[in-house]
Amino acid sequence: MLNVQHVSGGYATEPILHDISFEVKKGELFGILGPNGSGKTTLLKMISGILPIQSGKIEIAGKDLQSLSAKQLAQTVAVLSQHTADSFSYTVKETVSLGRYAHQKGWFQTWSAYDEEIVQKVMVQTGVSLLQNKNIQELSGGEKQRVFLAQALAQEPEILLLDEPTNHLDLSYQKELLDLLKQWTIEKQLTVISIFHDLNLAGLYCDRLLLLEDGKINSNDTPNEVLREDRIKAVYQTEIKKHPHPTVPAPQMVLLPEKPWELDQVEINEDFLHVTNEFIELKSPIRLRTMSSGVVGSGTGWHHSFVNRHVPKDYNFRDHHGEMVSFLKSKGFEPSETVGMMTAVVLEDFSCQMFYGDGFSIFAVITAGVGNAVDASKSEEHSFKMTPGTINTWIFINGELSEEAFIQAIMTATEAKVKATHDLQVLDSVTQTIATGTSTDSILIAATQSGKFLQYAGTITPLGKLISKAVYQCTKDAIEKSRKRVTG
Amino acid sequence: MPRPSIRKFLNNKYASFFTAGMFLILSMLLGISIGSVSVPIPKIIQIIGSKLFGFISLKDIDPMYISIVMDIRLPRVLLSGLVGAALAIAGAAFQGLLRNPLADPYTLGVSSGASVGAVLTIFFQLSIPFIGSFTLPLLSILFSFLSIVAVLVFARKIERSLRVETIILTGIIFSSFLGALISLMIALTGDELRQIIGWLLGSVSMRGWEYIKLMLPFFMIGTVVMMANAKELNAMSFGEERAQHLGVNVQSRKLIILTAGSILTGAAVAVSGTIGFVGLVIPHLTRLLWGPDHKFLLPLSILTGGSFLILADLISRTIISPTELPIGVITALIGAPVFAVILLQRKRKERSG
Repeated sequence: MLNVQHVSGGYATEPILHDISFEVKKGELFGILGPNGSGKTTLLKMISGILPIQSGKIEIAGKDLQSLSAKQLAQTVAVLSQHTADSFSYTVKETVSLGRYAHQKGWFQTWSAYDEEIVQKVMVQTGVSLLQNKNIQELSGGEKQRVFLAQALAQEPEILLLDEPTNHLDLSYQKELLDLLKQWTIEKQLTVISIFHDLNLAGLYCDRLLLLEDGKINSNDTPNEVLREDRIKAVYQTEIKKHPHPTVPAPQMVLLPEKPWELDQVEINEDFLHVTNEFIELKSPIRLRTMSSGVVGSGTGWHHSFVNRHVPKDYNFRDHHGEMVSFLKSKGFEPSETVGMMTAVVLEDFSCQMFYGDGFSIFAVITAGVGNAVDASKSEEHSFKMTPGTINTWIFINGELSEEAFIQAIMTATEAKVKATHDLQVLDSVTQTIATGTSTDSILIAATQSGKFLQYAGTITPLGKLISKAVYQCTKDAIEKSRKRVTG
Repeated sequence: MPRPSIRKFLNNKYASFFTAGMFLILSMLLGISIGSVSVPIPKIIQIIGSKLFGFISLKDIDPMYISIVMDIRLPRVLLSGLVGAALAIAGAAFQGLLRNPLADPYTLGVSSGASVGAVLTIFFQLSIPFIGSFTLPLLSILFSFLSIVAVLVFARKIERSLRVETIILTGIIFSSFLGALISLMIALTGDELRQIIGWLLGSVSMRGWEYIKLMLPFFMIGTVVMMANAKELNAMSFGEERAQHLGVNVQSRKLIILTAGSILTGAAVAVSGTIGFVGLVIPHLTRLLWGPDHKFLLPLSILTGGSFLILADLISRTIISPTELPIGVITALIGAPVFAVILLQRKRKERSG
C-alpha cells in the first residue's frame, strides 16, 4: 500500500531524514516511534505531501507520490493531526462534509446524495452523529478529535495517517479511538500509519513498528522485537523495564524513576515482627516486592504489611476474601498494601529466624500445623475441601531479586518444606503415606529490591542454600511445636 | 430521513439571502431618498423603473427629482454599495484564509498599500498608455497585492504559525510606514495637494458614473474568483496543512485568493480612498447571523457590506448637515469598538480553554 524507498528530506536548510526505506501492507496498523526530534513528524509530513522529498521515492497504492495532485492524494490518503485549529464556529456536519472536497468534481462541485450518505455514515461510525448541528467550538477535546476523524474518514481513504492521535485525549477516548482503528484495519482493510508517543499503546495495538533514531531507521519489526529493553533504553536514553501485559500478549514498557529510597536501606528482621493472639504482623518501612499466594494481595506486587491471621477451625469460607479485607481494615491495615494469609494454627507456635549470606540476608517466618496433611502424589484420593492453610511460609529477603529468582525461591522453599514433613514422618490421614504438605499451604517471597543483586535462587545458589536451610529448620521447628501442643 | 432537515437547511439559507437582499434594497432607497432635498420613495422607484425599462412615463415628475436621483444620489449609492461589498467580501476571504477574525483590508495594511499606489499615480501624474483612467485602480491593486505579500512574508518571519496578533501587528507596522510615505509625498506636493487630501479622506461623493464604470469590472472579477474558492476557504479556515490534507492545492489557491482580495481592495480604495473596518465588521456580523460557511458567507457579505456602507454614507452626509463627514469616520466609529469586542472575546475563549 505504501512503499518508501531510500527517502531523505526535511526542511530546506537541513535534511532530517536519511535514507528511509520501508513498506506498509494493506490493512496493517503500522506504528512510528522515536524520541523527540527523531523525524517522526517529518516522515509523516512527507508521506502526506506537505514536505518535499529531497531524494528517494514514495509510492502510494502503486503511484508515485510526486506525480499526484493534492486532490488525488487526498482521495487515497487522509490525515488526522494532533489537534486542528478551529477559528470559526462551523457545525460538526459542515466540518465533516469538508472531507468530501477531494471527491467533488467540476466547477460547482455539487453535493450529491452519495456525499450525504458517506458523511452520515462516518458520523455514525465515529459517534458524532447526534452532535451534527452543534458548533465544533463547543465540543470537548475528545469529541473534536472524533469529528476530525470523521472528516478524515469522509475522504474514503485507503491509508489513514495519524500524528499522535491520542495526545490530549482521556484514557477512555484513547482506547476507544485505537479500538476503532484496529477494528477498521481488520474489517475494512484500512491501512493505518500512526505516530505514537506512548510506547505501550503502540505495543498494544500495532502490527508492526518502525523505530526512528536521529532520522534513521533503528528497527522495523514486530512490537515485541522493537520494544526490546536494551533497544529502547539506548534510543530513548532512559531507564525502562519491559513487562508483559497482564492479559494480552503485548509488550509493555515501564519507566524506572531514580530511587530516592535506596538511600535508607532497611534490613527486614525480627524487629518488625509483632505477634498477638489474633495475628502475626510484619510491617516494613518500605514497600517490598512480593510474590505470594495469600488471601489478600496475592500474585506479584508491592506491599508493606504482612498479616498471618488466626481463624477458628470452623471459619465460614463463603467470601473469605471480602471478610479478610474488612478484617484488615478493622485492624488498621490498608488492604491494597497488605498481603494477608489465614491459619487455624495457634500463632504462638510460629517459628522465625534470621539467616545471613554473603552480602544479603533472609528472615523466615513460618506457622505450621499438619492436621490436614496431604501427600501430593496421591492427592486425587482427597475430596476437595477448603480449610484454612496450615503451613504458611514467609520469606523476607534483604537483597534484589530477578523475576526468575522469585520463582526459584518458591520452588526451593517448597522442596525444603516437603523434606521437613518427610523427615518428621507427617502422615496423610487418608492415604497413610508420608505427606508433602497440607492442602492449603501459602507462601510469600518478599524482597527489599535493594542491596546485592541475586539473579538465581535454585537450591545450590547462595540464596537457594539459605532459603532451603531457613525453610527446613523453621518448618520442622514449627511442626514440632504444634505437635507438642496437640500431644501435650 | 435526512430530507426534511436538508429542506429546512436550504430554506434557512434562502431566508438569509432574502433578508439581506431586502436590507440592501431598503438601504438603497433610503440613501437615494434622504438628503437636502428629499425624494419620495415611490418617485424613486418610478424614475429608476423608467430608466431601466423605458415604458414607464416620467411626465408628472419634477425634472429636478430626476436629476437628483440619476446624476447625484443613485451613482453615489451604487458606488458606496460596490465599495462596501468589495471591502466586505475581501475581509471575509482574508479572515477565512488567515483563520483570523481580526483580518481585514484595513488592519492588514492592504488599504494603505492601495493608497500609496493611488497617491503615487496622482503625485507623478502617471498614466499608462491604452488604459488611461484605469491606471489609478491598477496601480492601487498592484500596491495592495505587494503590501499583503510583504505583510505575510514578514509575519511568517516572526513566527511560523502566523498567530492572529502577529499578523495584525505586522499590518499596523506596514500601515504606519506606508502612511508616512503618503505624508512625505503630500509634503512634497504643490498643486496636487488638494486632490490628494480630498481623495485620501475617503469619500463616495461627487464621483459620478465614471467611477462606477472604473470599479465594476474589478468588482466582478474579484467576486467571481472569490466565490469559486468558497470551498477552499472553508478548508483553509482549518489551517493550511489541514486544507492540503483535504486535497486543496494550498499554494496556488492562496495566491489566487490574495490576488482577488487585492483586486477588490485596490479597486475600492482607488475610487473612494481608505475606508476602514467595513471588511472587519461585516463578515463578523454575517458569520454571527448565518454561520461561517463561505459558500453563503461571501455572497451575504456582499449584500450586507453594500447596505452597511450605503447607510454609513447616508449618516455621514446627514448627521451634521450641511457639513459632510468623511465616511471613514463613521465606519471607524462603529468598527473600532467591534474590533475591540472581538479581541476581548477571543482572549476570553483562549483563557477558558
